[in-house]
Amino acid sequence: MTTVETTPAREARRSGEPLLRLEGIVKHFPITRGIIVQKKVGAVHAVDGVDLDVYPGETVGLVGETGCGKSTLARVAMRLYDATAGRIVLEGRDITDLKGEELRNLRRDMQMVFQDPYASLNPRKTVGTIVGGPMRLHKTVPRDKIKEAVQALMELVGLNPEHYNRYPHEFSGGQRQRIGVARALALRPKLIVCDEPVSALDVSIQAQILNLLSDLQDELNLTYLFIAHDLSVVRHISDRVAVMYLGKIVERGDRDDLYAQPRHPYTGALLSAVPIADPRLAREKQRIILEGDVPSPIDPPSGCRFHTRCPRSRALAKADPQVSEPWMPRCAAEEPELTPFSDTQIAACHYPLDRPIIPLDPS
Amino acid sequence: MPEPLLEVKDLKVHFPTHDGLVKAVDGLTFTVQPGETLGVVGESGSGKSVSFLTVMGLISRKSAVIEGQVFFQGHDLLQMTNDELREIRGAKIAMIFQDPMTSLHPFYKVGDQIAEMILAHEDVSKKDAARRAVEMLGEVNIPQPEERAKQYPHEFSGGMRQRAMIAMALSLNPDLLIADEPTTALDVTVQAQILELIDHLQSEFNTAVALITHDLGVVAEHTDHIQVMYAGRIVEEGTGDDIYYKPMMPYTWGLLRSIPRLGHDTDRLTPIKGAPPSLIFLPDGCAFSPRCPYVFDECRLVQPELLPIDGRHATRCHLSYTDRQRILDEEILTSS
Repeated sequence: MTTVETTPAREARRSGEPLLRLEGIVKHFPITRGIIVQKKVGAVHAVDGVDLDVYPGETVGLVGETGCGKSTLARVAMRLYDATAGRIVLEGRDITDLKGEELRNLRRDMQMVFQDPYASLNPRKTVGTIVGGPMRLHKTVPRDKIKEAVQALMELVGLNPEHYNRYPHEFSGGQRQRIGVARALALRPKLIVCDEPVSALDVSIQAQILNLLSDLQDELNLTYLFIAHDLSVVRHISDRVAVMYLGKIVERGDRDDLYAQPRHPYTGALLSAVPIADPRLAREKQRIILEGDVPSPIDPPSGCRFHTRCPRSRALAKADPQVSEPWMPRCAAEEPELTPFSDTQIAACHYPLDRPIIPLDPS
Repeated sequence: MPEPLLEVKDLKVHFPTHDGLVKAVDGLTFTVQPGETLGVVGESGSGKSVSFLTVMGLISRKSAVIEGQVFFQGHDLLQMTNDELREIRGAKIAMIFQDPMTSLHPFYKVGDQIAEMILAHEDVSKKDAARRAVEMLGEVNIPQPEERAKQYPHEFSGGMRQRAMIAMALSLNPDLLIADEPTTALDVTVQAQILELIDHLQSEFNTAVALITHDLGVVAEHTDHIQVMYAGRIVEEGTGDDIYYKPMMPYTWGLLRSIPRLGHDTDRLTPIKGAPPSLIFLPDGCAFSPRCPYVFDECRLVQPELLPIDGRHATRCHLSYTDRQRILDEEILTSS
């Protein structure tokens, strides 16, 4: 009774070329001062050197707190923001600097599903117009066939095709999110970025949308980059998970390995913070409470960016009489590299975790 | 059993609208014991917020028909005048809300807002009230409380604002704290901080807490007693172990099977089919019957009573106990 694919299938999937490859992605938002003469006085380091491969047919979960750069990274990958540095490669083709017509054509391959189904649909347009919009714009379907195509899509995502002429307000939250999914599918994209697609929905509706997303993935061989803050949802839907903190990926791994034995203390803290709908398991888990909020990305901490909040570094520093700072000096001085812990798991930490947070069985 | 702190008896809150009578709360009966944490779970529209807003006296009789009794320390809150209620509200029953961004006043300094609350209820000098506001900010682990008290809400992060709300709510040491989705707008890490803080303050001040949430994980970890609400009524209540390991009501089963749970690797989630019923046109029988996979004739005709199974574990369901036990063993527990 597990969703875990057998390893060979995953290997086969992974041995091919990645669908999307992000290399050293940096995105800084400049902070300027002055009205007439604008002077750059600093930058928000939203994304600061991220490498990530997404393989065809898989789901990569991206987790982290608010302000850690998940959504920015996804928007850079989709070319909605221009990267400050780095390379975006889609199916072997460098798309970092595409412009004009070529960039527009690229949009066919990547689409997005947004968090808030109340804000992401134009209230003055009918479902037919919303879902058919991309087809009209990209002329992928002849005009007289659009209605038919839209209705087929509506059927595919579990909406009644007869509701073609209805407006978004006539639908419930779950149905609206289905409209959002249908719109994303309209151009038959290869990659869909789901930015918190279920966090605004009620629990029983969440399940419907999550099931819909996995069914569509199987049917249409879709690839998802799935951004969410709910680690139980991410575990359910993802094959691999990447954890971001202040613009960097601090840990990445196969879903089961990462949840069974997180290596980075930040992953551990996130995992410990998830409320578990199972009282016994909840009692057995390690309780780690992170202090404070994510530091400002304008001036991120030195060395390991997590060291100011790291419970592990603090505990080690406390136990070591030679250390006078509240954290280990190495953490503040030296930025840890992403190092492999197994074939599938890498983490950037000088003092990685060695005990599970929640007693889960690894795959 | 000791005298309950809060005893709600057959509470009904109906809103007349142009489309018909919205039965937001329809026969709700429960108790909160002193010092206990009650978890209230349900989806949007299940009546969980409205029922506690009514307890607080925040639902106006001009817009709603309110029936039933709400005894707080032996006195019926629904019979009180506004002035009497004002004595209790804030001082004995406090409430924190989901959105800390909108529940603090943007024009006033955080410290002043907390002090105002103390001044409204107690005969103290402004200086003392301000000093106590700073103390409370320290109590909820806000660093540098003295400087922070002089700042405005927009200078606080989301988690800090929720802490400030908690500081305000607890500044008069209330007997009951109603927390309405206090962490829904926050990150998981901050959520963990806030819930830990509520747990800690509760044991320190022996405050009873009613924690309203849609998150089955939050109630599993932080409550003594849980009530599951559906269409304005309790459909199942019990301890955490009752609800998570021995649930006896199809709606609770549906909820548990529709969420991804750490430690339960399910192939597919099993969503509850359909959507919650309209609160105007409630089904004649069990409100859940149109969505229930185990429905039979009686369910559609007769409203089931909330009947005890053992101790405080009770359910509202027509299925026989043996049938439910069998379904639980064969279908529900095996699939998760």
